Amino acid sequence: MNERVVVDPITRIEGHLRIEAQMDGDRIAEAYSSGTMVRGIEIILRGRDPRDAWAFAQRICGVCTLVHGIASVRAVEDALDYEIPKNAQLIRNLMIGAQYVHDHVMHFYHLHALDWVDVVSALSADPKATSALAQSISSYPKSSPGYFAEMQTKIKNFVEAGQLGIFAKAYWGHPAYKLPPEANLMAVAHYLEALSWQRDVARLHTIFGGKNPHPNFLVGGVPSPIDLDSDSAINSARLSTVQNIITQMRDFVDQVYVPDTLAIASFYKDWGAQGEGVGNFLCYGDFPEKGTNDVSSFLFPRGAILGRDLSTIHEIDLDAMDEVKEYVAHSWYKYEAGKEAGLHPYEGETEFAYDGPEPPYTQLDVEKSYSWLKSPRWKGNVMEVGPLARALMLYASGHEQMQELVNYTLKTLDVPVEALFSTLGRTAARTLETKVLADTMQTWYDNLIGNIKAGDTRTFNEVLWEPSSWPKKAQGVGFTEAPRGGLAHWIVIEDQKIANYQAVVPSTWNAGPRDAEGQPGPYEAALAGHQLYDPKQPVEILRTIHSFDPCIACAVHVTDPNGEELVNVKIR
Amino acid sequence: MRKDQNLGEYLRAQGVSRRGFLKFCSATASLMALPPSAIAQVADALAKARRPSVIWLSFQECTGCTESLTRSHAPTVESLIFDAISLDYHHTLQAAAGHGAEAARMAAMEENSGEYILVVDGSIPVGNPAYSTIAGISNLDMLKETAANAFALVAVGTCAAFGGIPHANPNPTGAVSVSDIVTDKPIINVSGCPPIPVVITGVLAHFLTFGTIPELDALGRPAAFFGQNIHDRCYRRPFYERGQFAETFDDEGARKGWCLYKLGCKGPTTYNTCATLKWNEGTSFPIQSGHGCIGCSEPDFWDKGGFYNPISAGMWGSRDALLGAAAAGAALGVGSALAARARKKKAQAAEEA
Repeated sequence: MNERVVVDPITRIEGHLRIEAQMDGDRIAEAYSSGTMVRGIEIILRGRDPRDAWAFAQRICGVCTLVHGIASVRAVEDALDYEIPKNAQLIRNLMIGAQYVHDHVMHFYHLHALDWVDVVSALSADPKATSALAQSISSYPKSSPGYFAEMQTKIKNFVEAGQLGIFAKAYWGHPAYKLPPEANLMAVAHYLEALSWQRDVARLHTIFGGKNPHPNFLVGGVPSPIDLDSDSAINSARLSTVQNIITQMRDFVDQVYVPDTLAIASFYKDWGAQGEGVGNFLCYGDFPEKGTNDVSSFLFPRGAILGRDLSTIHEIDLDAMDEVKEYVAHSWYKYEAGKEAGLHPYEGETEFAYDGPEPPYTQLDVEKSYSWLKSPRWKGNVMEVGPLARALMLYASGHEQMQELVNYTLKTLDVPVEALFSTLGRTAARTLETKVLADTMQTWYDNLIGNIKAGDTRTFNEVLWEPSSWPKKAQGVGFTEAPRGGLAHWIVIEDQKIANYQAVVPSTWNAGPRDAEGQPGPYEAALAGHQLYDPKQPVEILRTIHSFDPCIACAVHVTDPNGEELVNVKIR
Repeated sequence: MRKDQNLGEYLRAQGVSRRGFLKFCSATASLMALPPSAIAQVADALAKARRPSVIWLSFQECTGCTESLTRSHAPTVESLIFDAISLDYHHTLQAAAGHGAEAARMAAMEENSGEYILVVDGSIPVGNPAYSTIAGISNLDMLKETAANAFALVAVGTCAAFGGIPHANPNPTGAVSVSDIVTDKPIINVSGCPPIPVVITGVLAHFLTFGTIPELDALGRPAAFFGQNIHDRCYRRPFYERGQFAETFDDEGARKGWCLYKLGCKGPTTYNTCATLKWNEGTSFPIQSGHGCIGCSEPDFWDKGGFYNPISAGMWGSRDALLGAAAAGAALGVGSALAARARKKKAQAAEEA
C-alpha cells in the first residue's frame, strides 16, 4: 500500500521540477526532488568576451530576470578590481530592489496563492461581508461591496461558461482549503489587481535598463547616463516616474500584500508547524552601501545559521576550499574522484553521466542518480537559502525593522517563534523582506537624488573597459542575494576571454538531491512527514514546495555532454 | 464560456459594455496598425468566437517569454486569458499540477482537436531525450504529440523560433527550433529574447480577430512587428546620418542621445518593433536607455561577434536576402486561413450550393 506519489510537472514555478514522494500510509516517508531540464549555458559562455557574459548569464532565468546579470557584471568587476560609480551602485540597488518587490508579489498571488485560495469558493461569498473584511485589514481603496460584487460576477460567469482555462483540473473543494468564501473572493480580486500592478512597476527596469524582462547591464557601471539637460538620458521626468513607481510599490505592499499574507496565514496556522526542512540557513549578503567588498555595509548581512541557533552567526568565506562544496552522488554527473567526492567550485568538474530511465518514464530510480541538480553543502551541512534565511539573519543581527515586523507577525498570528521554521514562516518571511526592501528603495532613491544634486552624475567608469587594459589572467566571484536566495558566479578570464564560468544558484541549494551521505536536500527534508489527505490531489506538496519559490532553470543550467573535464575551475 | 455562447454574449454577461468592448477592439486594431474602419470588423469577429483553446508548452526556456506575456498592456494578459482565449495548459500560470495538468492538456487536445493554437517557448534538445522532460515525456515527443492536431503553432521567443541561447555555440544539448521539428503546420515565429509583451499578445489577437496567419517574413515572423529594422525606425538615426556617435558609455554623445553604432548597436541588422512600439507600455527601449541593441530577435544573434563590437560585414545576413525570402513567407500566410468558423462557412456554402 506504500505508493509513490509523483507530481510532474510541478506547475506555478519557474522551470521543470518533478517531485516523487514515497508514502508510508498517508504520510510522506521520503521525498525526492528532480530537476528535469538542462541547457548548458556555462559551456556556451567559454571563449566569449567577459563584457558580454551578463547577457548570456541573465538568460539562465527570466523570472528572477536581472539577478544573473548582476552576479555576472560583479564577477567580471571583482576579477578586474573594477570600481563602479556611486550612482551606478544606487541604480543597481534600485533595480535589484524592484526585482524583489515585483517578484515576491507575483510569487504570492500568481504562483503560491492558489495553494491556499479556492477560486470556486469565492462564488458563495457575500460581497458586503467581503468588503467589511477587506476594510477591516487595510486602507486599500478598492474595497467597496460593489467592487467585490462585480468581481464575483466576473468569476461566476467565467466558471459557468465552462471553459476554466488556467483554473481547470485543480483541487477546488479540497478540504485542505480553509479560507471562508469572503477571504477567497478578496484574494482572487487581488490576484487580478496584482497582475495589473506588476505591469506598471516593472517599468522601473525599463527606465534604467531599456526593457523588462531582461533589462540591460554594463560592466563598469550602468548603461543609462544621467543628464538633467538631455531628453535622452535619466532626467527629472524619468526620475519622477521612478519615484512614482516606488510609491506605487510601497502602497501595494503595505495595503495589499502584507495584510493579505497575515489574513490568509491566520487560517493556516497549522502550516506553522510543518515544512521546516533542515534548520540551517545561508546568506551571501547584498545591497552594499560602499561596494561589494565591504561586507559590513550590506543591508542583507552575510553568514550562516546552524540548527535554528539564532545566537550564533557563522562567518562564511566563498573562497575557502573547505566551505562550499558540491556533490553528485545522486546527480546525473560524475567526478574523476568518484561519485562520493565533494568539490569546491574552484576545483569543480562537470562530466555528464545520465543513467536515468529512458523517456517516457513513470518513475525515477532514486537509488541511483535522479536529478540534473547537484547537491551543494556548506561545511558538509545542507543549507536553506532565500527569504527565510535572510529574515532570520536580519533578525539575528539586530535589524530593527525586521525584528519589529517578525514580532508583530508572530503576535498577530498568535504563534510561537518556532513557527518561523516552517512552510508558513517561509512564506511570511518573503512578505516581510519585501516590506523592508520597498521602504529601503526610497532611501536609495533619495541618495541618488542627493548625489546628483551634489554634482555627481557619473554612471560608468571607463578606465578598464578596453580588454587590452586587462591582466593576462584574472579571476573573481560575483555574488548577490537573488529573491530566491544566495547566488554567486565565478569567472576565470584568460587572454581577454572567458576561460571558465560557473554559478552556484539558490534553487540548487534548496532543490538539490541527496548527497553522498544520504542527507536529503531542503525540499526533500521539508516534505518528509507531510500527511496527504488525498494522494491524487497532493496540494500539501505544492504548498511546501511553492513556499521555497522554485526556480529550476536557474538551478540546472550546466551540462557537458562530451564528458569534457573542466580543469582548474569552479563549478555550478 | 459555454459551447453555445459566443464571445459577445459572454462579455455582455461579464458586464463588459458595448463601448468597453469596442475600446478593447480599438486597442487591438491600433496595435495591429489597422485603420479605424477595421474596428467594427475586429469587434464582429471577436464577438462571434467561442474562446479558442490555447495550449502553451515550455521546453528549454527561462520563463522570460511568459514573464513578458504578463507585461502586455493591450490586450492585457488578464483580458486575454479570461475574456479572449482559454489558456488550457501553461506551466507557470495554471492552477493544476502533475496528473491534473497533464489531464488538462489531454482534454484540451481532445475537445478542440484541429482547432487549438499551440504556443511553444524554449528550444527542443535532440542530443538526448532526457535533457528535458515533462511528466517523464521528452520535449520532442510532447511537441510532436501536441502539434499533431493543432490548428497552428506560435513559436514565442528566439529559443522556440530559432534555437536561441541553448543553440548558441557549441550547442551542448543539440537544441533546435520548433520549425526544425514540426514541418506540416503553419508556424508563426515571434522572436525576441524575450519578445516585446504587446507583440506576443498582438499576434494572438490577430489570430482571434481574423482567423488567419498574418503576413510573415522569410523567417516566419509577422511583418507587422518584424517588417522594419530598428535602425530605420530609431529616433537616433539622424545622428548616425550626421556622424555623431557616442564613443563610450556616459560620454557627451551618450548623454545627448547620439547614435550607439560605435558601441556595438545591432539596430541596423535587427528586425523588430522596439523603436516604434517600445517596451512596457511605451516606456523606453534598450537604445533609449543607453545600451545598444543586442539583436535578440535575429537567429544566432548570440554568435555574431560580441555585443560591444560595431557591426562588421559578413556576420549578419544582407537585407536583400531577407527581403527575397519574405515573399515566400507571405504566401504561406495567405494560404493558411483557418478558424473553425471559416471552415463552417465553407461547409455552409457547399450545402447551399
